[in-house]
Amino acid sequence: MLTIKNLHASVEEGAEILKGLNMEVNAGEVHAIMGPNGAGKSTLAAVLAGKEGYDITQGEVSFDGKDLLELETEDRAKEGMFLAFQYPVEIPGVSNINFLKTALNEIREYRGEEALNAKDFMARVRKSSEIVNLDPKLASRSVNAGFSGGEKKRNEIFQMAMLEPKLSILDETDSGLDIDALKVVSDGVNKLRSKDNAVIIITHYQRLLDYITPDYVHVLADGKIVKTGPKELALELEEKGYDWLNEEKETV
Amino acid sequence: MEVAAENKVLSFVNGWERPTEENAVRKEALQALNAMEFPTTRVEDWKYTRVGKITKRSFKQLNTTIDTSPYIIEDLDAHQLVFVNGYYREDLSAIKKDDALTIQPVDRVDDAYYGQLVEDIDENVFSLMNKAYSNGGVYLHVAKQMKVEHPIHMIHVLTGDEVVANPRHFIRVEQGGKAEVVTTFQSEKAEESFSNVVMEGHVEANAHLRIHKVQTEAKNCFHIANELFVQDEGSQFLINTITTGSRLTRNGLNVIVEGENCHTEMNGAYLGTDRQHLDNHTLIDQLYSNCTSSETYKGVMDDKSVGVFNGKVIVRQDSQNIEAYQSNGNILLSKEATVNSKPELEIYADDVRCSHGSTTGQLDEEALFYLRTRGISEKNAKNLLVAAFIGDVLEKIDIEPLRKSVDQHFLEEFGWEF
Ligand SMILES: Nc1ncnc2c1ncn2[C@@H]1O[C@H](COP(=O)(O)OP(=O)(O)O)[C@@H](O)[C@H]1O
Ligand SMILES: [Mg+2]
Repeated sequence: MLTIKNLHASVEEGAEILKGLNMEVNAGEVHAIMGPNGAGKSTLAAVLAGKEGYDITQGEVSFDGKDLLELETEDRAKEGMFLAFQYPVEIPGVSNINFLKTALNEIREYRGEEALNAKDFMARVRKSSEIVNLDPKLASRSVNAGFSGGEKKRNEIFQMAMLEPKLSILDETDSGLDIDALKVVSDGVNKLRSKDNAVIIITHYQRLLDYITPDYVHVLADGKIVKTGPKELALELEEKGYDWLNEEKETV
Repeated sequence: MEVAAENKVLSFVNGWERPTEENAVRKEALQALNAMEFPTTRVEDWKYTRVGKITKRSFKQLNTTIDTSPYIIEDLDAHQLVFVNGYYREDLSAIKKDDALTIQPVDRVDDAYYGQLVEDIDENVFSLMNKAYSNGGVYLHVAKQMKVEHPIHMIHVLTGDEVVANPRHFIRVEQGGKAEVVTTFQSEKAEESFSNVVMEGHVEANAHLRIHKVQTEAKNCFHIANELFVQDEGSQFLINTITTGSRLTRNGLNVIVEGENCHTEMNGAYLGTDRQHLDNHTLIDQLYSNCTSSETYKGVMDDKSVGVFNGKVIVRQDSQNIEAYQSNGNILLSKEATVNSKPELEIYADDVRCSHGSTTGQLDEEALFYLRTRGISEKNAKNLLVAAFIGDVLEKIDIEPLRKSVDQHFLEEFGWEF
């Protein structure tokens, strides 16, 4: 579904953040990306979502056979990519509902589907907010405006449920959540999993992975995937930190 | 005669006709015009707005008729007063029976009463031209302690090429009376025509007056409005001004608060494209204690358009316990659009709570990106953000059918959906 080959990305000021990253994600899989702060995890998510301000100097990314890097941000979403932000943006004055209706209708139009009628749309809002236990009242408020940290994260997963993406990238969705909220959010993600979609979970704690079991764990350090392993790798990282990977690398 | 020909103002009005019936307001305005010049940008009040685009041209009067049906707002259920090129067309108007409301020609305003009301008010060349040459306009009189049941819709249509309209209106809401007015300014088959409007009023003790002005004239026309309202004690006055029209628009709005316990609210939204120049120039003069005022203007400027906001609040020395809130926010949608924003507070009293703020910026890039990651096109994402930005001003239009027609206009003109 997603193939990243030798991806190099720099910020416009010049510093190279991604330095030759490779990754392959297939339908039905869950991949975890772990790594120290500043490793480039959010940068990878931003580059995949098409955020401006990065120069892709080398490499290629294909998403369902399409050249992802050639697509506009909104077309990536229409093709089925979803990014749950590490820091969801507050947008006062734009209601969650209105915004999701616009998004869903655009996506459906792109796919040649009819716009949802008001009744079906509201039914979907209800169902999706139940998945993450989001107070339906929040759905009609301005996007993320005045939401608590936990509400913002749940709102991201609520949107994921609404938009039914093929590939979801969850950037630190667990940070700032207490244990109950963490359970709710991971239950939500698990409910949305299927053999046809895939999830990339970016985190630097393994506790989320107790609830959402990954098929692969990758370690991203210094702009590259330096190690890939089964879910047990997460526990090992938790125990030993990331430094041993550097040592291991140096001795190689 | 030779002297007159050299005077630019007099040659500008050359050929305009005046009603044969003379009155004090007209005579004095005509006289005052002799000594007037057009303002240059060296004049503080006109610093950001060059009127040369108007004054270099010549305009003629034109009394004609139109089909009013495109201008009727669906479900507004209003008294409809129609002005074509500034001429009052009673034949096209539809007035409901209401004991609270009397409608007469503006000349019927008592000279002595009017003279006293506007005694210390500065006129400018455009208000004087209007008053000297106006040949249409109404005096709306709202009786004491009575409420006008339906909105009063003043429909202004500018039609024809290089035409000038000088409508002049006066609204008097007597003690405890209540009225709500909608004024729309539109154009049809008008090229380079000029609306030169005067709208004045007196909101007497404990009276309420609400005005919604929507100006959507063609973008090669010109619009200058001089609006003056005097509030007596315990009165409430609100005016919302929505401007998308004209090549050059100047909304000059002065409110003189002449009594305690008044509330004044003015809101505006101005949306420019092409090379439009949209200027809102407001004054609230607090002469008495215990009053509140609130002012919110928002601009969205695209292409090479220019926005101007100059909002002044004066709190006089003996006016204690005043609360004055003012804010002006602008969004520039293009690199070539500009805004000159100048909030001015002149405070001579001690017990005053004033806040004012002015911002000009682009759309929030982070928000734009966030919306686009959800599959919303850049255009729709911008629309959502613009709509959110000016939404709080539009919400002040609390007459549902009017709000709907404004929304419809935005949808047609900009593709914005609210
Ligand atoms: N727009 C930017 N401009 C400059 N530096 C940036 C920018 N975005 C990210 N960085 C830098 O890139 C590195 C990786 O950041 P990030 O991707 O946020 O890391 P992570 O999510 O793994 O903690 C950090 O050193 C960060 O300071
Ligand atoms: Mg990060």
